[in-house]
Amino acid sequence: MLGLWVLLYFNLSVIYSTFENSRISASLPKPLFEALLFFLYEVPKVFLLLLLIVFVAGVVRSFFPPEKTRALLSGKSLFFGNVSAASLGIVTPFCSCSAIPLFLGFVSSGVPLGVTFSFLIAAPMVNEVALVLLLELFGWQTALLYLTTGLSIAIFAGYIIGKLKLESWVEPWVYESGINSENYSPKQTTFQERIAAGEDAVKDIFKKIWLYIILGIAIGAGIHGFVPENLLAGFMGKDAWWSVPLAVLLGIPMYSNAAGMIPIVQSLLAKGASLGTVLAFMMSVIALSLPEIIILKNVLKIKLIAVFVGVVGFGIMIVGYLFNFIL
Amino acid sequence: MENNSIKILGIGCASCVTLEKLCKEVVAENSINSSVEKVNDYKTIMSYKILSTPGLVINEKVVLTGKVPAKEDLLKLINDSINLPQ
Repeated sequence: MLGLWVLLYFNLSVIYSTFENSRISASLPKPLFEALLFFLYEVPKVFLLLLLIVFVAGVVRSFFPPEKTRALLSGKSLFFGNVSAASLGIVTPFCSCSAIPLFLGFVSSGVPLGVTFSFLIAAPMVNEVALVLLLELFGWQTALLYLTTGLSIAIFAGYIIGKLKLESWVEPWVYESGINSENYSPKQTTFQERIAAGEDAVKDIFKKIWLYIILGIAIGAGIHGFVPENLLAGFMGKDAWWSVPLAVLLGIPMYSNAAGMIPIVQSLLAKGASLGTVLAFMMSVIALSLPEIIILKNVLKIKLIAVFVGVVGFGIMIVGYLFNFIL
Repeated sequence: MENNSIKILGIGCASCVTLEKLCKEVVAENSINSSVEKVNDYKTIMSYKILSTPGLVINEKVVLTGKVPAKEDLLKLINDSINLPQ
């Protein structure tokens, strides 16, 4: 299987050059030709890369079921706990619909509140699909910046929430309900089961995101061929200082996963929006979402939710300004 | 009167809905003598000590969390956990 993958991946340029030299391509107008070329080359490439990364991530995640992550984090000190939580957020399987059971299960079994928040912020925001897409479409610098700043926001937002000692702003029944952690006893996971977990992850994720990816690359291809105007430069460009907070505010009521954001990010960037503003928008859509806030309201007092949104939103704004400033 | 109870723990995410539908199908197609019930209340859900949803509970025992199984695996899970009619 791996051999087949390598063979395919490294022969992609053959498809590319076959098309480039074919007769159809000669009859096409140049922008359309360029766009098609980009599309034909990027779609299989991104899909192959994702296939590999998602599979590897699935296998890695089989080592970190939420129960184990909880055991690793319980009783951790501030800061070090936040760093571990943010890092584990990348490798622990997470779906936003599980946010509440995870939150409750963590907090009630002795994982500090701030550490739990670090996990909850990092888990959806920093994930392998987003990183692969950023890497492919915008280069490794952007992917790396996204990874480091995403992790930093998760670490520091959680740290601040921990420092503020807001435990009393969690609905009291959470602590009273006696959902104590049972001792985590890892059941033996076989090698076959881990491989199966990787395959499951591939099926699961591809079912959800294939359309977004094709759409994203199609938009990218369109941009590649038909060079666009600086439509948004005026109000989403570097010089508009208010564009970053505006992007964060606009992002809160929207919700999408990281893969779904890529087409939007691409078209915004292409129309002249600056990278910092666009990344701030992307992070805000993914990390702060109204549906999640409404769900969290069942277990957190509104004051704590406000602190959460405020701290994370502030962190995202800093990242936005930072990118706009250095790039 | 049903001898068994199947509960799906979830707060309305897509996977939880899928799992509920799948359970109903499996129960109907195999004439399994069991109720199928969706649990939406947080406190009840948390009393089963699960960390990810959907959770599948058969006769008050958690048998699966965090994923929707393939149909044949679900049938096997149910068959392994239910009481046969006396």
